[in-house]
Amino acid sequence: MAALGAATGGGSWFSALALGVTLLKCLLIPTYRSTDFEVHRNWLAITHSLPISQWYYEATSEWTLDYPPFFAWFEYALSHVARYFDQEMLNVRNLNYSSSRTLLFQRFSVIFTDTLFVYAVHECCKCIDGKKAGKELTEKPKFILSVLLLWNFGLLIVDHIHFQYNGFLSGLMLLSIARLFQKRHMEGAFLFAVLLHFKHIYLYVAPAYGVYLLRSYCFTANKPDGSIRWNSFSFLRLISLGLIVFLVSALSLGPFLALNQLPQVFSRLFPFKRGLCHAYWAPNFWALYSALDKVLSIIGLELKLLDPSKIPRASMTSGLVQQFQHTVLPSVTPLATLICTLIAILGPEAFSDV
Amino acid sequence: MEKCYLMTAVVLLGLTVRWTVSLNSYSGAGKPPMFGDYEAQRHWQEITINLPIKQWYFNGSDNNLQYWGLDYPPLTAYHSLLCAYVAKFINPDWIALHTSRGYESQAHKLFMRATVLIADLLIYIPAVVLYCSCLKEISTKKKIANALCILLYPGLILIDYGHFQYNSVSLGFALWGVLGVSYDWDLLGSLAFCLAINYKQMELYHSLPFFCFLLGKCFKKGLKGKGLVLLIKLACTVVASFILCWLPFFTEREQTLQVLRRLFPVDRGLFEDKVANIWCTFSVFLKIRDILPHHIQIMISFCFTFLSLLPACIKLTLHPSPKGFKFTLVSCALSFFLFSFQVHEKSILLVSLPVCLVLREIPFMSTWFLLVSTFSMLPLLLKDELLMPSVVTVMAFFIACATSFSIFEKTSEEDLQLKSFSISVRKYFPCFTFLPRIIQHLFLISVITMVLLTLMAVTLDPPQKLPDLFSVLVCFVSCLNFLFFLVYFNIIIMWDSKNGRNQKKIN
Repeated sequence: MAALGAATGGGSWFSALALGVTLLKCLLIPTYRSTDFEVHRNWLAITHSLPISQWYYEATSEWTLDYPPFFAWFEYALSHVARYFDQEMLNVRNLNYSSSRTLLFQRFSVIFTDTLFVYAVHECCKCIDGKKAGKELTEKPKFILSVLLLWNFGLLIVDHIHFQYNGFLSGLMLLSIARLFQKRHMEGAFLFAVLLHFKHIYLYVAPAYGVYLLRSYCFTANKPDGSIRWNSFSFLRLISLGLIVFLVSALSLGPFLALNQLPQVFSRLFPFKRGLCHAYWAPNFWALYSALDKVLSIIGLELKLLDPSKIPRASMTSGLVQQFQHTVLPSVTPLATLICTLIAILGPEAFSDV
Repeated sequence: MEKCYLMTAVVLLGLTVRWTVSLNSYSGAGKPPMFGDYEAQRHWQEITINLPIKQWYFNGSDNNLQYWGLDYPPLTAYHSLLCAYVAKFINPDWIALHTSRGYESQAHKLFMRATVLIADLLIYIPAVVLYCSCLKEISTKKKIANALCILLYPGLILIDYGHFQYNSVSLGFALWGVLGVSYDWDLLGSLAFCLAINYKQMELYHSLPFFCFLLGKCFKKGLKGKGLVLLIKLACTVVASFILCWLPFFTEREQTLQVLRRLFPVDRGLFEDKVANIWCTFSVFLKIRDILPHHIQIMISFCFTFLSLLPACIKLTLHPSPKGFKFTLVSCALSFFLFSFQVHEKSILLVSLPVCLVLREIPFMSTWFLLVSTFSMLPLLLKDELLMPSVVTVMAFFIACATSFSIFEKTSEEDLQLKSFSISVRKYFPCFTFLPRIIQHLFLISVITMVLLTLMAVTLDPPQKLPDLFSVLVCFVSCLNFLFFLVYFNIIIMWDSKNGRNQKKIN
């Protein structure tokens, strides 16, 4: 009884938070789920039933595999557990199959893989020291960070209602950040490389990783005032980082390189044919750009500056995924978006001290 | 200020848990022709809005009492009428006379669940928040932890938001009654309690402690002076509130009698279905329902009930105190549950509410009791396909209590409020020091049995000859636990004396 008391007693607020949010996730099992549920069921079916050579070519369902190979292997591993829940979900032809056991398995797989996220948050908390902390638990930075991360409602809604595996992936990213904080740069780089091959959208933060590792790891020493000492550059470290990234990529893309499927894989991963904005607009610059274009085209039509016959009706706002030409403002190519992104990232850096 | 934020967070967490539980199935979902309690509530909305008041409780061509006839007091009917007006505004098909029988749709489910949430939010939750905020001699954090644990009590959440009922209204009013009476706002307290009784007649389980406590207060103030004034005021309040609620039914004698007949169906037997009380458990060994004649059954039940609650009530009348009042509420309601007539398994909630109120005084025993009370409703919850939310809410409640109150460290004699009792026993048996250890072992046995039975009920099929085996086992185990708790609570009440309080001062 005393042992139980010690276990449940002081200092265990982290376990209570983690357990509490896990229980909440269990309660969310019967809520609404989006098409992403069917997407992941389909990928379970594809990776389980078909050979590797077919994974990136299979198109029975509209939800084709468009994540990098490590995620496909992840789904493959899950499918071996799915077998014991409901064999039928692993049939590629069973589109929109969602028996109660399928639902239970899929939801539990998200909840279970969130363990990595919990572990990563724990590691992150270790990196924070609360020197200015008050005595109150609710004032400790560790507690605040844990609550903000573990009970992050955006993550709860997207992962446990809409249905995705972001918790697990965010856990990988948080873990790699924690390792960087703990000066274990090689591990951090390795984890990030692995993460990239799970979900390539993390390329968004790759420049930051690249520059940080270059500065903090490849340059081994600083001048007394903290600025860079150019002659402390270590080629060995740069090469070891490169080797890590290369080896991970080889492991991931190697099989598909051998099968000569790289172009197909890349076309799945970077589907520029989907157009500038997704069916549901992300609140970014191009949404504003398209909205401005729409407003201008309406004004143009009203003032009779534009020819109505040349303008396609309501195509950007129709919710379809397709390539699109703007009417008034110049159309935006993928290259243009890349250049704009790079300018946005590098611009402030150009003005700050390295 | 921080207390407000934390309390708000706790309330929002409670609401989140409630709303997620309401995503699940309800009683009688998709099971024609009778469906379940959900359909009963919907039917009462249909009856109250379409028929004149005089026909609500009577059998007629438009109102077939066999199909979920109204069997709660008038306040429930008025509440149903209010909900029906809202339903009519949204979609009249939901409450159309005759044609809406068995109506089930996602939109309707959302509406019904929303009515439960709103009623809860208006009545029960503010009472809990106020109760915890007014607790004395504990830190702010402990008050908020207390509120969290009470709001996370699984039994009420699962029955109200899963099975579908409006217990939070009657329990909320009862809690307002307790609050009022404990803090010397006797008239408001009795008014609130009268509203509770007029919402669900099962609240009569709590009526004796209220009566004894208020009577005790009147005696203390002196029956020749202020006491008499208070007594008269209370009597007037009670009578006035009853008249107000029953006004439309007092116009004819027949109306009043019919309502009473619907509320107290004495023609029905000693118990119905499987419930964790003495008579059902006893009937496993001896079928008293069939052996004894009807009126003898009523008399036996009456005698046992009153014999078991009399000591506590007398003590409360002679020494009225808020603490004694709460414990007497527990023991009284438990006595009624165990020995009374026509008890339903959901009536355990009437015992759970007072136990929630004494959480901070005896956290270990209260947590144990509340876990058993939820377990005792397992057959009902399984029938409604509420296994997952049950398991999750029970675990959440257990973790909340364990971390808030450190229950496993509070198992000494003093913490269990058994010090006076143990001292008295040690006068005759000096070696009687092992009570806490026995209780700890009993707790472990109880929890293990409950977990095992749950696993068995979920995974195994009962044998052909005994189809109700698991339900009966659940009732049997729960009943044993409840008997133990009845003894325990009565011991606390009877041995709680001024000695106990002086002991603390010396220490």
